[in-house]
Amino acid sequence: MLDEISLTIDNQVVSVSSGMTILQAAQAAGIYIPSICYHPACKSNGLCRTCVVEVEGWRLLAAACVTQVGPGMVVHTQSERVLRSRRTILELLHSAVDLSEAPEIQQMLKDCAANLERFPGAERREIPLIDDNPMYVRDYAKCILCWRCVQVCAEDAQFAYAINFAGRGFSTHIATFFDRSMPATTCVFCGQCVGVCPTNALKPRREWLLEKGLIPEASPADKE
Amino acid sequence: MIAEDNCVRTICPYCGIGCNLELHLKDDYIYKVTSPFDNPINHGNLCVKGRFGYDFIYHKQRVTTPLVRCTPQEAGARTQAFDLSEWRPVSWDEALDLVADRLVEIYRRDGAQALAVYVCAKATNEDNYVLQKLYRSLFRTNNVDHCTRLCHAGSVNALQQAIGSSAMSNTAAELINPDKNRRPDVFIVTGSNTTENHPIIAQMMIAAVKKYGAKLIVVDPRRLELVDYAQLWLPLKPGSNVPVFSGMAKVIIEEGLVNQEFVAQRTEGLEEFARSLDKFTPEYIEQVSGVKPEQIREAARLFARAERGAIYWGMGISQLAHGTASALALIHLAFLTGHIGREGTGLNPLRGQNNVQGSSDMGGMPFHYPGYQRVDNPENAARWEKAWNIEPGGLNRQLGLTTTEILSHAHPGGVRALFMMGEDPMMSEPNLNQTRRHMQQLEFLVSQDLFINQSGAYADVILPAVSFAEKDGTFTNTERRVQRVRKAIEPRGQARPDWQIICDLACRIEARLGRPGSAGWDYSHPSEILAEVGRNVPDYTGVTYERIEKIGLQTPVWDENHTGTPFLFAESFPRGRGKFYPLDFVLAVEQPDDEYPFILTTGRVLEHWHGGTMTRRSQLDALYPEALLQIHPLDAEMLGIADGAPVCVASRRGEITLRAQVTEKSSVGLVFIPFHFAEAAANLLTIDTLDPQALIPEFKACAVKLSQARPDQLANPEVRLERGRY
Repeated sequence: MLDEISLTIDNQVVSVSSGMTILQAAQAAGIYIPSICYHPACKSNGLCRTCVVEVEGWRLLAAACVTQVGPGMVVHTQSERVLRSRRTILELLHSAVDLSEAPEIQQMLKDCAANLERFPGAERREIPLIDDNPMYVRDYAKCILCWRCVQVCAEDAQFAYAINFAGRGFSTHIATFFDRSMPATTCVFCGQCVGVCPTNALKPRREWLLEKGLIPEASPADKE
Repeated sequence: MIAEDNCVRTICPYCGIGCNLELHLKDDYIYKVTSPFDNPINHGNLCVKGRFGYDFIYHKQRVTTPLVRCTPQEAGARTQAFDLSEWRPVSWDEALDLVADRLVEIYRRDGAQALAVYVCAKATNEDNYVLQKLYRSLFRTNNVDHCTRLCHAGSVNALQQAIGSSAMSNTAAELINPDKNRRPDVFIVTGSNTTENHPIIAQMMIAAVKKYGAKLIVVDPRRLELVDYAQLWLPLKPGSNVPVFSGMAKVIIEEGLVNQEFVAQRTEGLEEFARSLDKFTPEYIEQVSGVKPEQIREAARLFARAERGAIYWGMGISQLAHGTASALALIHLAFLTGHIGREGTGLNPLRGQNNVQGSSDMGGMPFHYPGYQRVDNPENAARWEKAWNIEPGGLNRQLGLTTTEILSHAHPGGVRALFMMGEDPMMSEPNLNQTRRHMQQLEFLVSQDLFINQSGAYADVILPAVSFAEKDGTFTNTERRVQRVRKAIEPRGQARPDWQIICDLACRIEARLGRPGSAGWDYSHPSEILAEVGRNVPDYTGVTYERIEKIGLQTPVWDENHTGTPFLFAESFPRGRGKFYPLDFVLAVEQPDDEYPFILTTGRVLEHWHGGTMTRRSQLDALYPEALLQIHPLDAEMLGIADGAPVCVASRRGEITLRAQVTEKSSVGLVFIPFHFAEAAANLLTIDTLDPQALIPEFKACAVKLSQARPDQLANPEVRLERGRY
């Protein structure tokens, strides 16, 4: 068994086992730390930085989802520095990505009193929706690059390796190899990716058709 | 963005894993399926069928009112009617009165043996229990069986003989138990294309290898996807399981790798068994199976030296004319090594259907009442006579006919009337041309289904049943876990839950027969049916709807305080000691020859389900729209067959035309065809030879010849979809 250790989160003394992350310790203590890319079914990568916290004595803010607890650690999840950082991350996301179908992130924007006009004229990620298979559509204008879909397609669940990051910098996006259509890749259409997408960038095709007011297409005419 | 009204937790209707689902509803319409991440069965993961394959519920061909054939059908001249114009919609009263009248008339004229029923491994425990109860208690016949006969009958039979129990011994999620002392370090997968047929268990197998360093041994004629992750692949010829596994047993004994303590304390018959192995010399094994002696040795050592070794198997073991012997050969390996009765070990037949374990548990078989109580044991019969309010001696003590036998007995003096709940023998039986002749001989045929499938098209009456999403009940998964199925939407049209149809019909039959007491059909909810099961089947005594509200319980559950049984045989086997059986080897009945030079093996693909009644009427069909023949590149080159080219495949029993898929997934000399596609039905080719003990047909090996065909010979020449998955 791992050792029990004590640390302080927001002035509350918390006892947890030593292998835990700050995020898990906070959850166990009933303290809410907002997070986007973190998912309990996925390996944490600390990509979105929404879960950053301030650890006393540390120069940099720490991503709570990947930082292990240590004995005597003093953690602040609501300090001025944390809130400013979190707000800026969310404002940046909002300036570039369509978050209209991400209610949790919209709530976070509200919670931190984000200034939705902070980056006027920012370049937006305007990518046409991809409808290349019978099962799900990919609307990467809504993608925040949390990497969950890539992970569940790989070692976190399916071992299918159909998608990955492509491009650099602002052009970074999720793609298939050589931009092949999804049926032509190793995709097995398990939809694990759809199941973990936090922004509805990935959506079942029938749900998408229903939203557009189209009666879901009947399956191809029966051959009998 | 759709604002959800409601989300209903239930169980997937496809394979035996029993994945937990959430059906998302808007205006009584299922628009999305997800899985809760907090469940211990599939941990939020699904396969393409579970997540996207539910839309058959809304397909325009759903039968939503009872139907009676416009043209009366006669035995010997029965025809198929797929078009609704050939059927007359009738009221439930008219349909059920007609069924009751005809069944009672035939029963009075020809007696109990003239009636037979196929229960259904897709329906709930409750549906299956009441249907076998109807036939046993009212018609006094044990002609009750279902598709379990066509999938794991060989395994069930072998496990019953050697152990006295027939189910997966352990829990699948042991593969990825974070505690290394509770998960296998070596496991064998044989006769199972797990990534396509049990995708969520395959995920765990791959994770066991990739994350936890477990060693995988694949024994299969095809180069399946799991071979990518295997330490060893033994590419045996179809039907040579017995020599390969007996060869491994011989190595284990000769090299002193036997778990002596386990063998001494828990088994019997080793000496006689060991003597019977003399014939399995390495040279002989290589000759009949094609597997090299060093591979047999390596596999034997790896498995025997494991701390915890587990065996997982599928139809490649059981669907053979020596399916029972094949499964026994595997069971011997577990006995010799003691890899049974502990976590991380076990004999694990991967059950196909969502509720095949449950429908077998519920007595949906010709030899057993619910709970595997033999019908020819007078004590058992007396117990059920009491439970069903029947006069002493009233129940039939004779073993009934099996699935394949029911149809082969369809002739005057044999079976005259067949009731099918959700089954489609015109897709799933071997040698379909023969099956067709049998179907045509029936005097009266009822299909209770969602659609007019290939078999229902022969029926006199169709009773519209509901899908998994329109009814309450329970399914028992492959690891014996009884899970709650919940009604999410209202039944389509006039369709009714199976158990209600059956109970309504039973009352009408009972009234006509004029029996003194009633066997009891006035259930107000399926939970009352499960309670009746629990009163008479010890394994289910502790299973109640309240207890499985959140997470299912694994049988046996002895009482209301018992927490279920994640793994079996910790202390002993149900028959006492595990028994070794000396085995003889017989070749598959049809061997390749000059005229029919290839071996055909059949099975399934990821995107489809069995006879296709559901998946061919789903968006899944757009993803895998036509039958494909898998053939090795060397064979394809020799025959001049390009990838995607039309091929005619013929056996001694029939022929079909379909596209070739040139792939190294198939081995040289072997071709594979999935059996989902009515327009190129693989079972027109298969052979109807049966295992003498389990009476399961030899679906996994028959001889065929291939020839180039023209595109216009294909059922749908314009259909073609490029897919990149292996």
